[in-house]
Order: sequence, then C-alpha cells, then structure tokens
Amino acid sequence: MSEATKPQPQAKGEKTPISDTSYVGIDAILEQMRRKAMKQGFEFNVMVVGQSGLGKSTLMNTLFKSKVSRKSVQPNVEERIPKTVEIKSVSHDVEEKGVRMKLTVIDTPGFGDQINNENCWQPIMKFINDQYETYLQEEININRKKRIPDTRVHCCIYFIPPTGHCLRPLDVEFMRHLSKVVNIVPVIAKADTLTLEERDSFKKTIREELRANGIDVYPQKEFDEDAEDRMINDKIREMIPFAVVGSDQEYQVNGKRILGRKTKWGTIEVENIAHCEFAYLRDLLIRTHMQNIKDITCSIHYETYRVRRLNESNILFTSNPPDHPAPATPQPNGVAAHRSSVE
Amino acid sequence: TELLKVLNHSISKSVLTTYTRDVSLVQTGEGVRSLSLAGHVGFDSLPDQLVNKSICQGFCFNILCIGETGIGKSTLMDTLFNTNFENFESSHFEPQVKLRAQTYDLQESNVRLRLTVVNTVGFGDQMNKQESYQPVVDYIDRQFESYLQEELKIKRSLHNYHDSRVHACLYFISPSGHSLKSLDLVTMKKLDSKVNIIPVIAKADTISKSELHKFKIKIMSELVSNGVQIYQFPLDDETVAKVNTTMNGHLPFAVVGSTEEVAVGNKMVKARQYPWGVVQVENENHCDFVKLREMLICVNMEDLREQTHTRHYELYRRCKLEELGFKDTDSECKPVSLQQTYEAKRQEFLVELQKREDEMRQMFVQRVKEKEAELKDAERELQGRFEQLKRLHAEEKAALEEKKRLLDEDQSSFGKRKAAAQLLQAQSLTANGKKDKDRKK
Repeated sequence: MSEATKPQPQAKGEKTPISDTSYVGIDAILEQMRRKAMKQGFEFNVMVVGQSGLGKSTLMNTLFKSKVSRKSVQPNVEERIPKTVEIKSVSHDVEEKGVRMKLTVIDTPGFGDQINNENCWQPIMKFINDQYETYLQEEININRKKRIPDTRVHCCIYFIPPTGHCLRPLDVEFMRHLSKVVNIVPVIAKADTLTLEERDSFKKTIREELRANGIDVYPQKEFDEDAEDRMINDKIREMIPFAVVGSDQEYQVNGKRILGRKTKWGTIEVENIAHCEFAYLRDLLIRTHMQNIKDITCSIHYETYRVRRLNESNILFTSNPPDHPAPATPQPNGVAAHRSSVE
Repeated sequence: TELLKVLNHSISKSVLTTYTRDVSLVQTGEGVRSLSLAGHVGFDSLPDQLVNKSICQGFCFNILCIGETGIGKSTLMDTLFNTNFENFESSHFEPQVKLRAQTYDLQESNVRLRLTVVNTVGFGDQMNKQESYQPVVDYIDRQFESYLQEELKIKRSLHNYHDSRVHACLYFISPSGHSLKSLDLVTMKKLDSKVNIIPVIAKADTISKSELHKFKIKIMSELVSNGVQIYQFPLDDETVAKVNTTMNGHLPFAVVGSTEEVAVGNKMVKARQYPWGVVQVENENHCDFVKLREMLICVNMEDLREQTHTRHYELYRRCKLEELGFKDTDSECKPVSLQQTYEAKRQEFLVELQKREDEMRQMFVQRVKEKEAELKDAERELQGRFEQLKRLHAEEKAALEEKKRLLDEDQSSFGKRKAAAQLLQAQSLTANGKKDKDRKK
C-alpha cells in the first residue's frame, strides 16, 4: 500500500512553471455524508426513570426546550399512581437549523412508587430488550426495510433523589441490572436542595458506591476509543452524577430572560453552571456525545443482546451438539485393526 | 453449507413468548407530531458529530475497472487519484480473465480513504470470450458473500469490517466510434443488477467531437434497448439534483488519462502531447475527465456506497437466503421464522447425514465380513496344503524307513555271508595247510 499525499506546489527560485495543486476531491465525501444525514434525519430515544415528583418531565422539557413530556395527562390532578410500572413512549419531530430529529421520550410512571418495589426494574428491562428484539427481527428478515426504524433506547436518565446521604437499595438494584443493557446517565434531581458542599460529598459517595457495586455508567471506561477520548471522558466521569435543576419558566435576571426557578431567597438559573450542572448534562447528552451514545447502543449493547439471543436459542432448539462429527471413512486395508472396533 | 454452519446459531421468533407481557405498555396515541423549540437546544451539531466519527474511522471505496488490455484503466486511475499506483503492463496472452485487486491508503486534508482498485486482467484477449464475464461476477459475489457471512456471525464486528464490496464499476468502452461490442453488452447486462455501472469511453482523444456526440447517443440507445441499467446520478437531493441531471445527460463520459505533465501557457497541466496539439486532461472542452472526477468522487461517492449497500447487497442477500430455502412467510402467509426453517433444514440435513453414516457403516461391516470370509478360505486352503505336505512327508519318511530297513537287512545278511565266507576261507586255509604239511611228510 502506498501512502500518497497531495503533492506540494513547486516553490523554486527559477522560472519553472508552477504546477496546479492537484486536487482529487476525496474530502468532499464529508460534505456528502453531511447532506445525506440532513436528508435522512436522526433518531434519538431517551428514557427517564425515577420516582414520581423528581422532576423528570420538567427536565426533559428543559433539555429540549419544548413540551416533550406532558406532566399530567389529566389536568384535574387526579394523581393516579399506577399499580405497576408503566412505559409511556412519546415521539416528536423536532428541527433545528435544518437538522431534523425524531425524539422519543420514554417515561416510566410508577417506578419506585409502590410499597413493595422489588423487581420494579423488570418491566423496564423487558421494554429495553423488546426494542432490541424488534430491531433484531427486522434485521434478520429476508425482505427487510432500507432503514430499520430504530426504537432502541439510546440513553436512560436515572433520577437520584437528593437525600444527600448515599444511594438507596432501589437505585443500586436498578443501575446494577440496567447498566449492562443500556447507557445509564445518573443525575441528582432537584439539586437546588443541596448546598455546594453537600452536593460534592453526595456525588463522591455516589461515585464510590457505583464503583463498589461494579456499576458502569455512561461514559463507560472500557469503551474509550483512544487517549483523547479517555481524557475527555475522564473529566466527565469526575463530574457524574450531574446535579440538575429543571425549569420551563423564564424569569428576568440582569436584563436577560433565562430559564430558572424563582424562590424567596433568589432565582436559580438553570443554565448557569455556578448554580447547577444542567448545562453539562445538556452538552454531554446533546451537543457532544449524542452520536457516541447512539453508537455504543448500536454496536455494543445491541450486539451483546444479539449474541445472547443467538446462543440462547441455539441451546433451546438443539439437543445435539452443534458440531456433528463426520463418520470415519473405513479403509479396506486396515480391516484387521478395525475388526475389533466394529461392535 | 458454509452458510448453514454460520446460521447454526440463528434466532427464533417464537422465543419472544418468554417475555410475558405483564407490563402495561401504554403508547400515547399521539403519533409523531412536530414540535417547535423555544430556544437553541444544540442537536444541530449531530451531523458534525457523525462526520467527526467518520473521520476517525476513515472511509472505504472500491472501484472495479473493466476493460480490454491496454485501454487505459490503470492510467485513468492514476490520473483520477493523482498518484502512481505502481501498475505494470499486462500481457495479452492470459488464458482466462483474472481480477487483480490492490488496496491503497490515501489521505487528503483530514480524510483518510482506503481505496481498492480492482482491474480485470486479460479481458477481451481470449479467442473465445463467452466466459469472460464470469470471473467478474464471481468476484463481486464473493465480496457480497463475505459481508453476508460477517453479518450473520454471532460475534460480529461490522463497524471494523473492511468493506470490500465493489461500490463503482467503470466500464471502459473502446473508442471505435461506431457502437458497443457484443462483449460489452453481455458483460454489462450480467453486472447491472450487482454493481453500479458507470460506462466511460476510453482514449477519447481518438474521436472527433462530432463523432463523439453520435457515438454517445448510439451507446446510450443500445444500452436502453438491451435493458442495461447503468448507474444514474441521484436526483432526490435538491442541492445536487441539477448538476446530476446535467451529468446524466453527458454519459458515457469520454475520458483521457495521463500522468505526464506538459507546459501550457505558464502552467504545468496533465496532458498528452501530440505533434498536432496537446490534449489537456482537465480541460472540459477536450474531454470529460473533470466531469467523471466530479461525479465519481466529489458529488456521489457516498451515494455509490449507499446504493451498493441498500440495493445491490440486499438483492444478493435476499437471493442467497431464498436459495437456501429461507422465507419470511410460509405457504399460508404466516410468518416463518428463520430459525424454524433453518431447524427443519437442519433436521433434514442431520437425517441425511445419519442415513449416509448408516449406509457407510453397513458397507463397512459388509466389507469386513467379505474380507473375513476370504481370509478364512485362504486359511483353510493353507491348512489343507499343510496337511497334504505333511502327509507327503510322512509317506516319504515311511518309504525311506523301509529302504533303510531293507538296507540294514541287506547289510546284516551281507555281514553274515561275509562272516561265513571268511570262516570257510579260514577253514579251507587250515585244511590246505594241513594237507601241505601232510604231503611234505
């Protein structure tokens, strides 16, 4: 293989004619890819998990600056707490500067709200696996769609209540099981109830507990591609879980209209990184790592699921070992030796 | 059967039942409606994120050049990509068409391209060209096959996979000025459903402008009347629809390739120098090289890759799987899972295998029996002969004993007679002696 680079223009002192910088145009493929991506549009599926009242819907609305989640289906608040965990999936088409995206927010009302919350993570796990299953089924069809609709959950935002102490057993259970199948981004909800010191110590405790329980949240260390990636992701890993505050109301602060929560003791600015870490979360989730999140879902979590399913069904359906040993061809010459072996 | 081995681990649609749906799946019946954003969210950076990822991964592009020996395939590739691909001239005496694939790593600004150029060697040189297209079709199918194998593996790594499928096929037409050769039509017909064909007229500097115009029209009409589907530059994206439409009208591109530079004015340009003038490669009045480069690389490279993957590869995959007997729905139009079909086939195969094994075992046993009988016969024969020899030996021995006895008898009787004779002699001697004595007295 020969390495070829653009030939440099001849810069000689003599009067030799200057050759054109010969341009092939390979880098035009970037523009072509961009065009194709803009035409096709993107898909992003995010799931929010947490007890009711932690501000999940508000945070989603703040993140995407629109009413992607409707807080209460019944306006006359008949706060019905679902008997089991429900999975509610709502899709919207959003567009920004020519980039179209189909955003799906999957809500999980009822999680952690019962008296007995054992196994409340199971319906969620099943939903996630069902999406993988749907995708897999379409993928192995003979006649399959040009673009397989991607309903796989790319990211799961887990809301940790701001107790300030440590993770609860429910949190640990959930994250332990689900970090293996989906990218989990833990956030500390309603972080305006914690002072900065409380927040830092809480975060530290959480990080330690995650480590102690072997829970790998996004960005997972093992999926760092190169040193540069690792550097960027290490910085993020030092900051998770993000302490966030959500709001969809605007207030006037210093002559600017910004999103915030107004209280008697001051206004919490959502997008001010001195107040809360919402901006970091938004940057991670949307502005810098969205594609990476989707890639990890597609090439690692989905592939893991696929491998498991293929192996599973293989064991289920075949009692014989997969490799059938070929019968030995008898040699007429070696009859004497074989005589004893044949019965 | 290789494919079957790979499919040995496929999945079942019916195993879905293990996921008992006790979760109340509530889908809000909103469908997908548009939502307007109240401020800048930031996902407009998504295309950039995607592009950055691709830059890190690098790109892959594979071009197949089909054309007669000496028509200028290698030179055109060198000119297109502005490098010297170190090709040597092929001989005209190849007994069969062969394909030679070479891979190169190119880089332009921050884009890394892994380019594979596949050349046909000996195309059009044989006396009998009936099978000339077959090695080409086989090569293309082989690349599809290896991608399919990778896709069907359990542990697969598709994003790391070096995609060797042919993205574009440049078919070099001889500049006869008249029409397509039958070899051209036959070959292109065989390839049009497998690869994106872009026909080019090679060595276009041998045709005059008016002849070229007529030639192009003739070629296109022949292609249409023979039902050959060449690659059409895509018109669905408004940004490039206009230029693509124009270019579609210029097909096939009349190209001239050259890596040598000639001074024209105060610039050095790629050109071919003749006594009567200089043919400039990058001059659009002289040839369509720039158009080809524009279309092949600058505007439609991604579309070529996409068409290969979504159209040609899918077709191959569908045909291959159907060939093996897999269907999505069975005769009652109920969905049939890959696993079920595969399982049925596998059982069939195993039964067949078992039958053959039994047959072989039986044959083996029979052979053994036959051989055993043979050996027993031989043994018996040997035994018989041994007995016979033994008998002979005993008889001989008896005879010899008899002879010995007779000899002994003879010997003893002779001994007796000898003794008797001696006695008589001795007696007669003494008697004679006595007589003599008596006479003397």
